[in-house]
Amino acid sequence: MSLEAVFLGLIVLPLLGGCLAFLSRPLALPANLVVAVGQLICAFELARTVMAQGPLSYKVGGWDAPLGVNLYADGLTAMMLVMVAVVGGTIVLYTAGAMRSIKDDTYDQQLFWPINLLLLASLNALFLSGDIFNLYVTLELLTLSAVALIGLVGTVDALTAALRYLLVAISASLLYLLGVALLYSIYGTVDWHLLGDQIQVDQVKGDQASLLAIALIVSGLLLKTAVFPLHFWLPPAHSSAPTAASALLSALVLKASFYIILRLWFSVFPYAEFQNAGTLLTTLGVAAILWGSLQAINQTQLKAMVAYSTVAQVGYLFLVFSLASDAAVAWDAWSATVLFAVSHAVGKAAVFLAAGSLQYATGSKQIDSLAGIAREQPVTVLAFATAGVVLIGLPPSGAFVAKWLLLQSAIASGQWPLAAVILTGGVLAAIYVFRVLSLSLLRCEPRESCEPRETRPVPRLMQYATLGLAIVAITLGMMASPMMELLKVDAPFSANPFSADPVSVSTFREVAP
Amino acid sequence: MISWNQWLPLLVIASSLISGGVIFVLDEKRKLARTVLNLGGAVLKVILVGLMLWGVSRGELYEVHFPLTDGLEFALHASPFSLFFVTLSAGLWLLTTIYAIGYFEDSPHLDRFFGFFSFCVCATTGIALAANLFTFVVFYEILTLTTYPLVVHSGKESALRGGRIYLIYTIVGGAVVMLAAVWLQTIVGSFEFTERGVMADVSPEQYGQLRWIFALLIAGFGVKAAMVPLHGWLPNAMVAPAPVSALLHAVAVVKAGAFGIVRVVYDVYGLEFCRQISVTTPLAIAASITIVYGSMRAIYQDDLKRRLAFSTISQVSYIVLGTAVVGPMATTGGIVHLVHQGIMKITLFFAAGNLATTLGVSKVSEMDGVGRRMPWTMTAFSVAALGMIGMPPTAGFVTKWYLGHGALETGQDWVVGVLVISTVLNAMYFLPIIYVAWFKPPKGAWAKERSAGQLETRWSLLMPPVVTGLLTVLVGLFANMPLSPLDWAKFIVDLEYGQ
Amino acid sequence: MTYVTMYALTGTVLIGVGLFGTTTCSHLLRKIIGLNVMGAGTFLVLIALARRTTDPLPDPVPHAMVLTGIVVAVSASALALALLRRYYRETGRTDLKPTLQKPRIARKDSHES
Repeated sequence: MSLEAVFLGLIVLPLLGGCLAFLSRPLALPANLVVAVGQLICAFELARTVMAQGPLSYKVGGWDAPLGVNLYADGLTAMMLVMVAVVGGTIVLYTAGAMRSIKDDTYDQQLFWPINLLLLASLNALFLSGDIFNLYVTLELLTLSAVALIGLVGTVDALTAALRYLLVAISASLLYLLGVALLYSIYGTVDWHLLGDQIQVDQVKGDQASLLAIALIVSGLLLKTAVFPLHFWLPPAHSSAPTAASALLSALVLKASFYIILRLWFSVFPYAEFQNAGTLLTTLGVAAILWGSLQAINQTQLKAMVAYSTVAQVGYLFLVFSLASDAAVAWDAWSATVLFAVSHAVGKAAVFLAAGSLQYATGSKQIDSLAGIAREQPVTVLAFATAGVVLIGLPPSGAFVAKWLLLQSAIASGQWPLAAVILTGGVLAAIYVFRVLSLSLLRCEPRESCEPRETRPVPRLMQYATLGLAIVAITLGMMASPMMELLKVDAPFSANPFSADPVSVSTFREVAP
Repeated sequence: MISWNQWLPLLVIASSLISGGVIFVLDEKRKLARTVLNLGGAVLKVILVGLMLWGVSRGELYEVHFPLTDGLEFALHASPFSLFFVTLSAGLWLLTTIYAIGYFEDSPHLDRFFGFFSFCVCATTGIALAANLFTFVVFYEILTLTTYPLVVHSGKESALRGGRIYLIYTIVGGAVVMLAAVWLQTIVGSFEFTERGVMADVSPEQYGQLRWIFALLIAGFGVKAAMVPLHGWLPNAMVAPAPVSALLHAVAVVKAGAFGIVRVVYDVYGLEFCRQISVTTPLAIAASITIVYGSMRAIYQDDLKRRLAFSTISQVSYIVLGTAVVGPMATTGGIVHLVHQGIMKITLFFAAGNLATTLGVSKVSEMDGVGRRMPWTMTAFSVAALGMIGMPPTAGFVTKWYLGHGALETGQDWVVGVLVISTVLNAMYFLPIIYVAWFKPPKGAWAKERSAGQLETRWSLLMPPVVTGLLTVLVGLFANMPLSPLDWAKFIVDLEYGQ
Repeated sequence: MTYVTMYALTGTVLIGVGLFGTTTCSHLLRKIIGLNVMGAGTFLVLIALARRTTDPLPDPVPHAMVLTGIVVAVSASALALALLRRYYRETGRTDLKPTLQKPRIARKDSHES
């Protein structure tokens, strides 16, 4: 398979599919299935190629920078794309199962299909972007499709959440765009490789403008990543959206803006100069872990609990900014963070899907209504439990390996408070996960003491798609080895076995190590 | 390609993982298929472990490594000490499976129960075979997760409460173990369990940190080993069904904790090094307190299972005590008690379960005359109880003999005092039960009697305690025969002391 | 003061005004307009930055960016207005009320009332 096909299959295919799905209702589901399979193949193919040949780049239409659009893929990119393909594909299956058997007349369910494809296309394009302006464009596309997904149900809650999310996200994007403009005016390029080289050479020139630009970019992205205390928009948005949308938002959309921060911070910005800023980011992360977990414990509605859990888990991703200041542990901390992000994406998607199924089965949003639900919905509860283990960070999940590495970095670099927070976060997560599980195992003796209730059967495809994703999530830790190998390709810290120049597709050849 | 010697440890773990997975998928109503899978998995495991025992005694090396990241490795290794624990779990697991099939018969949610039951064995064998601290922690946490559904199996309010307490203790304990393991790794690098420890290269400046880590590891493992004051979960977990209690107490959970402590002392720190940083005496004192405290509390329990629970708290610390009294004799006593306590305690729990299911008797005060109604069960119970007290020629006697001798040998005479006190207390809470069961007439009709034909109860409930009761006597009588637990323990001790 | 600086300054002022409007006004239409003002400011700054070199010809890249940015801003505004219209039809309100459910204590209150 040629590399152009891989690149195009990840962006053009979902875009075309999205248009098709919008124009023709009968073709909407087939288009989604084709894209789901296609991007799975393409993402794995890309990962394989990147492993074998090192980082790749592709000039769209043969136009070079500055006017052309440059796509770029290294280990991190490939990892993110595989994550999107696996999670996105499962969500397509789940939704197909849901729509075939569940008729909801309150809104047009079929609109999910085109928007979903647009969302996947913009995610893929974002991860493949080689310059910071394209990151802006794709981030906006992502925001718009995410907003549309949230508002799809049309309930007042959903509309409110969608509007609030839109206002926040657009302001954030404009801050980011302003930062990009300033950086361009100083360094004359938006390609993040060149920009990184320039900034390293100039050492920010002690320049106020560069600092302002970086501050604008980072604060815009922090707002989008919903790190504490900028998380206020997230819980209502993620809990009132349709289930599939919640899963997409929590698992993938948040990771996109985090990916940009991670990428820019360590590959473009002179992060070594920004130790205080790094510490500040980590402090926000710590606050997010503690505050998000406590709020999750305090929720009465299932999906709101899961949404607050996202706030907490996003906090873990920000520990790297302080940990990586010690060069000895930087690689461990950085790779653990990516592993954690992937693990959380798969696990949280499964938790949201399971929560959606349970909410459908009981017809109630309240956690209290789940008493004894394990009897009627064993598969879904098992999926919830399995994916819940990932949120707690217990083995054999990827989150466990990631937490182990983070803990190791924290201890080795003497940052004991972070070590304490990492462990505390896990215990708090155990409290909110097992609160639900314990309730679901309840059996009323005598039977009459329970409130009578009817539960609806959940379609099989929904049950097993969720369980499958949960099993992937929990076994991710045992697959850490290939993931780490992939991440090493052009990573900011590892000893890089490949040359710094990406292989151009038009001339693509193996680069001698 | 991986060779047979690498496959075998994986297969030992997979035999229960796969049967557990299939049980989950299977329709709950297919009882026969489930029974076949349960027993098939358990028998297969026993056979595989037998193969491995045979191989190791001939000097074969069974190990397998999977690197996960640059510093972390998933590694299994069948050392003589691992095999000691694996054999215990595989053997008792087969019996517990038979017992559980009879115990539950037709109650609901058996797919869930037996699925997690199998995963639980899988975790226990993983703990036994783990070759480094990382792998150990992986299986240690999986054990927590897979036992939770078993503890709360009945789904009653009380069971959920017991499960909640169990989780709080074990999750926090697991976090502490993880902290200590990671901390240790930052000091000595990644390492495998090695006889006589891995501390050869540490500098004296690090002794302070290493003492802290030791304390954290003992505290973390002490939660599962139910060392006072971390024992609170164990009596509460008594709400679990009888086969689960048998398993938690004799094989899986408390033993995993005790096994972890022994591993840390012998194969991570090394006895010599432990003495050098003087952590053995505090450990011995903690174990002694647990032994005496557990026995004292046991005397006042009327609920039979709770009495047995406190007895477990006390008895498991014999293992820790044997470890902490540094000397070959005491070490032998501690290690061999891992198996001895397992066999005796499982007999007691099987018997208690039989009384509860057949007669509805769950309190000591209701046990008058049960010996006449259920002679086989109560004979097994009595033998095991006498073993716990340390009556010759049972297994318990061998343990106490070696522990006492070991203590005298190293000049720690106070340990003998602890053993004497404990023995007296053991007698105080077991002898009255034996007395009322055999010599008092029944008080009247049993609470809810179930008849099972000619036998006093179903054969699947009767056979396991009789077998383990018999074993209690046999391993004591033939302690000096080759391949007895004592013989194997001596083999391990020779390795640890480098003789 | 060259007109480039004037552009940039005006842009900055507009961004400030827009941000202020978006965050302080409660009326949703004002918020959306605020966003547009902010966008316009950003584009002005970008246009000014096209004169970043001494070259007599302006740099075309920022102009291309502005064009793209305008397209994005227009679609975002359209989506926001559509959502707002629907929201107004459903609730009759023009401002956002917090939908975040309160912790347990608050829920008890609502039960009692």
